[in-house]
Amino acid sequence: MNAGGAPATKPITIKQLAQRPEILAGGHRLCPGCGAPIAVRQILLASDYPVVLANATGCLEVSTSIFPFTSWRAPWIHNAFENAAATISGAEAMYRSLKRQGKIPPEQEIRFIAFGGDGGTYDIGLQSLSGALERGHRFLYVCYNNEGYMNTGIQRSSASPMGADTTTSPVGQVSPGKREFRKDLTSIIVAHEIPYVAQSATIPSRWGELINKVRKALEVPGPSFINVLASCNRGWRHNIDETLELTQLAVDTCYWPLYEVVNGEYRLTYKPKEKKPVTEWLKRQGRFRHLFRSENEGIIKRVQEKVDQDWERLLKKCGEL
Amino acid sequence: MGQIVAFSGNQAIAEGMRQINPDVCAAYPITPQTELMQQFASFVSDGVVDTELVTVESEHSAMSACVGAAAAGGRVMTATSAQGLALMWEIMYCASGLRLPIIMTIVNRALNAPLNIHGDHSDAMGARDSGWIQIFSENAQEAYDNLVQAVRIGEKASVRLPVAVCYDGFIISHSIERMEILEDEEVKGFVGPYQNKFHPLLDVAHPVTYGAVDLQDYYTEHKRQQVEAMKNALPVVLEIAEEYKKLSGRGFGYFEAYRLEDAEIGMFIMGSAAGTAKDVVDELRATGVKAGLLKLRVFRPFPYQEVSAALKNLKVLAIMDRAESFGAMGGPTFNELRSALLNLKTPPLTFNYIYGLGGREPSLAEIHKAFARAREVLTAGKVEVLHDYLQVRE
Repeated sequence: MNAGGAPATKPITIKQLAQRPEILAGGHRLCPGCGAPIAVRQILLASDYPVVLANATGCLEVSTSIFPFTSWRAPWIHNAFENAAATISGAEAMYRSLKRQGKIPPEQEIRFIAFGGDGGTYDIGLQSLSGALERGHRFLYVCYNNEGYMNTGIQRSSASPMGADTTTSPVGQVSPGKREFRKDLTSIIVAHEIPYVAQSATIPSRWGELINKVRKALEVPGPSFINVLASCNRGWRHNIDETLELTQLAVDTCYWPLYEVVNGEYRLTYKPKEKKPVTEWLKRQGRFRHLFRSENEGIIKRVQEKVDQDWERLLKKCGEL
Repeated sequence: MGQIVAFSGNQAIAEGMRQINPDVCAAYPITPQTELMQQFASFVSDGVVDTELVTVESEHSAMSACVGAAAAGGRVMTATSAQGLALMWEIMYCASGLRLPIIMTIVNRALNAPLNIHGDHSDAMGARDSGWIQIFSENAQEAYDNLVQAVRIGEKASVRLPVAVCYDGFIISHSIERMEILEDEEVKGFVGPYQNKFHPLLDVAHPVTYGAVDLQDYYTEHKRQQVEAMKNALPVVLEIAEEYKKLSGRGFGYFEAYRLEDAEIGMFIMGSAAGTAKDVVDELRATGVKAGLLKLRVFRPFPYQEVSAALKNLKVLAIMDRAESFGAMGGPTFNELRSALLNLKTPPLTFNYIYGLGGREPSLAEIHKAFARAREVLTAGKVEVLHDYLQVRE
């Protein structure tokens, strides 16, 4: 740790990254335009250390490990849906045990990363994650958050936005889609007082946004967590070549602010030059199309108010106001 | 040589775990397993074991962490009871499907609802198809001996399966018995170092994918391999028992046959009540009744050929189940054993008693009642009631 409390990380250039071998091999069966592998490739390129990976059941898992093939060029385990954090905590405990006993050479450094979607993280896996964070295992948990149970067919999750048309909160004669606001999982993780928590996304305007956060997370001597917004074009209903554009809009409307919390200190890592109205993001996605009908004006208004309120609170926490 | 001690079942297992010295233990407390883990936690706190103790927030995470730890490459142990086992159930299939030789003590307890903390076999029976080897114990001595042997059985390359060592809650877990434990060095030598032959997760130079998606084209073959591993476990159980006998002087098989050679009526039973039932056999023998007993030790894999061969001369057999299988034709062991006996030319007449639910310990008189029923069946030459309750108010 340096004096400012932020973990010391060696800077890395995009040229250096380009020379690193890819751990997630091409040829996997994720959909064209999926946000998950973009994030995962960046995360894995960012590590200076060999990694051991755990993956909750979900799109990323089922599309990268269809026997007898695998896309993973690093040790990888899928156990079940709700237990990626507990599973990686066991692997990390074994590493510590064997290292302490001298069965692993002291110079052998390994980092542990768990991947889960918002279903496996916000919902069914929350207890497992909370337990592993509290126990202080040294691992990075990455939630690739596509705001719904996309693997099982676009059902609502507690990360789905208000008004989203999903297969379990369908727009109907008497329903305008999901009626509840999403849960602020990142804040729940911050409340665990772990050394490093961040919200991130793969945005075209900052190539190092996610990579640098991963590099910081892998240096802290305890648990770390990054919540990464990753579009699902099937669920969000946009064209497959618009993934990064939509991600940028989520950030520029302040619907998905980018920040980090290092040892409890909030820091904004990206401030849009001009905060765009949330409709800029909503109107590009089929799942919100119904919100633009006159009877649903109130919902858009509520969503905008919530975004504004959350953004202002965040700016205060980050000392920007 | 070993030393004679006065231990409860839980103490015996905690001592066994200390001697085995696993690399990782992930567990969550539940009655009646609690004091076992408390005692092991103090071994960890005093630095007498090398174990990394992962004090998880639930049994689901306990088994999940055990899977992660075992896949990472090392010896892993845990323990639970009843609801804890029920919560682990999903991940027990992952442990066996991923062929991870985790060792788990199950301190058998009744399942909720209604809530009951006492001993019966409902928990282990509920997990009987989860792909775990299951070994049952009559007393603290057997629980300890089974635990030490379980490590070798599960880790054998031809087996590579998780193993559950079962003993009855309270009646074994909390009763203090005279027993013998081996010297630390003897156990250490017997279990040997963990063999990491299968590119565990921590072998970062040889990355392996654990827990792939396995669809119509391969799933059946992988399940078939698990069946083969279970079959392979049968000779391994005897091989390890033979080696253990040389070390401890105590011999084990798939089961204990008690005064069965010339018996006409018999009883099939597992766990702590076998002790009471053997006393009843002795009392009956003293009055000239040709009674015998078979106490099953290895329930999974079920040694059906050997068990049915051992029971072939009986005319009547009372099959005792300490768990119910609601709506089935009798309790879980009744179903399997009755089916196994059909291989015999002249199978004994069988009937099933459910007993001991929620810790209702069978008395000598109640076991006598079961044998009396067997004598009635012998005289009548037929079974009137196939499935009955030994101790119930109706």
